[in-house]
Amino acid sequence: MNAIVQPVKQFKKEQIQHATDDPRWVRYTLISVSLSFILLFLFLPLGLVISKAFASGWQAYWDALSEPDAQAAIRLTVLAAFITVPLNTVFGLASAWAITRFEFPGKSLLTTLIDLPFSVSPVISGVIFVLLFGAQGWFGEWLIAHDIKVIFAVPGIVLATLFVTFPFVARELIPLMQEMGSEEEEAALSLGASGWTTFIKVSLPNIKWALLYGVLLCNARAMGEFGAVSVVSGHIRGLTNTLPLHVETSYNEYNSVAAFAGASILAGLAIVTLVLKSFLEWKQGRRL
Amino acid sequence: MPGFGQTLGFTLFYLALVVLIPLSTLIFMSFKLSLSAYIDIITNTRVLAAFRVSFGAALVAAAIASFFGFIIAWVLVRYPFSGKKLVDAFIDLPFALPTAVAGIVMATIFQPSGFLGKLLIDGLGVQVAYRPLGIVVALIFISIPFVVRTVEPVLKEFDSAMEEAASSLGATRLQVFNKIILPNIFPSVLTGFALAFARGVGEYGSVIFIAGNQPYVSEIVPLLIITKLEQYEYEAATAIALTMLLVSFLLLLVINLLNRWMRQRSGQL
Repeated sequence: MNAIVQPVKQFKKEQIQHATDDPRWVRYTLISVSLSFILLFLFLPLGLVISKAFASGWQAYWDALSEPDAQAAIRLTVLAAFITVPLNTVFGLASAWAITRFEFPGKSLLTTLIDLPFSVSPVISGVIFVLLFGAQGWFGEWLIAHDIKVIFAVPGIVLATLFVTFPFVARELIPLMQEMGSEEEEAALSLGASGWTTFIKVSLPNIKWALLYGVLLCNARAMGEFGAVSVVSGHIRGLTNTLPLHVETSYNEYNSVAAFAGASILAGLAIVTLVLKSFLEWKQGRRL
Repeated sequence: MPGFGQTLGFTLFYLALVVLIPLSTLIFMSFKLSLSAYIDIITNTRVLAAFRVSFGAALVAAAIASFFGFIIAWVLVRYPFSGKKLVDAFIDLPFALPTAVAGIVMATIFQPSGFLGKLLIDGLGVQVAYRPLGIVVALIFISIPFVVRTVEPVLKEFDSAMEEAASSLGATRLQVFNKIILPNIFPSVLTGFALAFARGVGEYGSVIFIAGNQPYVSEIVPLLIITKLEQYEYEAATAIALTMLLVSFLLLLVINLLNRWMRQRSGQL
């Protein structure tokens, strides 16, 4: 009986070879190559940060982070981000509004100029401020005469950070607001809402996730910036060392636990940024 | 629409204050130099060697990252596998991780006593850290997301009807890849390559820890600029920085052209 009533062979979904499918061995090879590459280059570094930071145990980790120089570095990093992120956020909103809601000559040039800091090497971003405010710089003599310190002091760090994080918010908002168009805002305005009310009640709710993402990226870069800040800071322990610079100083002094304890905070910040990014993408249903 | 004057005014004012005026200092400062002095600085053997190291390493790293980045983008778009979401999120790690952290991690992994460094020395006799090869490795890490994130959307948009048509007409999978997929995806790979290269040339933080920073051998241009600045050789620092800046602008132009080509190819323009 069994031999006669052969059930019609059911094709499982995977057994059907689509024209766009690659052979199984190709798929497996490519997936393994990708995964090993990612494991090696992305996961291994994170694992190493954790293992090195805790190499001498919890107490050593805690001590490394609570010693005065580390604390000062953390405070300075937070301060720099606290000043630069709001300023660049206001700029991002203003520039996105001007660029996406109005037509004017030189618009594409303006958009290119806003992106400019991205294509400048971080070291050069620091050098330009030394050339402006350093002892031999443009305003050097004037600053010395008035006893104002910019380079090798906090203002220089803030300025360099401001420069490198300049485009982040604007570049998230401009494409989104371009895509959205201005019909909703025009409707609100024609119904008698003021410009400010329209922005708060109509525009802001539409762009809030992209805005949040831009702020997040801006903050991550502000706290993690190394090259530009390293040029202007002078690496004075407890005074002008930001957290990334503290990591560098500690590493160069072979203080591995201190270096990687600092690095673990910065890596944690990166992870939080990535997780929030995935969350915001899911929330928005599109790639940011 | 209200607010044109205020928003554009603030935009221009802030842009000038934070970006344009500081950047133009570099150009004004270099006017102090005569052309022959500029050429003398730039053609100094140590400076030329640094340019060779920076450009060479960035070129090799961007090429390797383009190869693997393309495979990763392909796998992420075409094949289902578990943990894909996590992998996809982690591709951006080099964007989010501060460069100093990437730098000390790479140096620790690849130094002769490090986890992979030891393996490579014992197994292949290759030392990565404190050699130009170390710079390449650090730059591959930095470059990967540029390629993946440029190729991925183009691959997603790619109309597979063309593949089906080709294969129904009897093309093998390899022919389909070579004649249909590659020509359509290539502009995006090249754009990713250019973005990675531009970033790699100016990269500092992730490189200096693993590079060894030996003049003439493994000294990168950004480090040389800092060295000149620390020795109060402002003119040399200015001349080298200006050259780097001009190269970056040139690359930006190339990237914009590539971008146009890419969008034309995928029918978005």
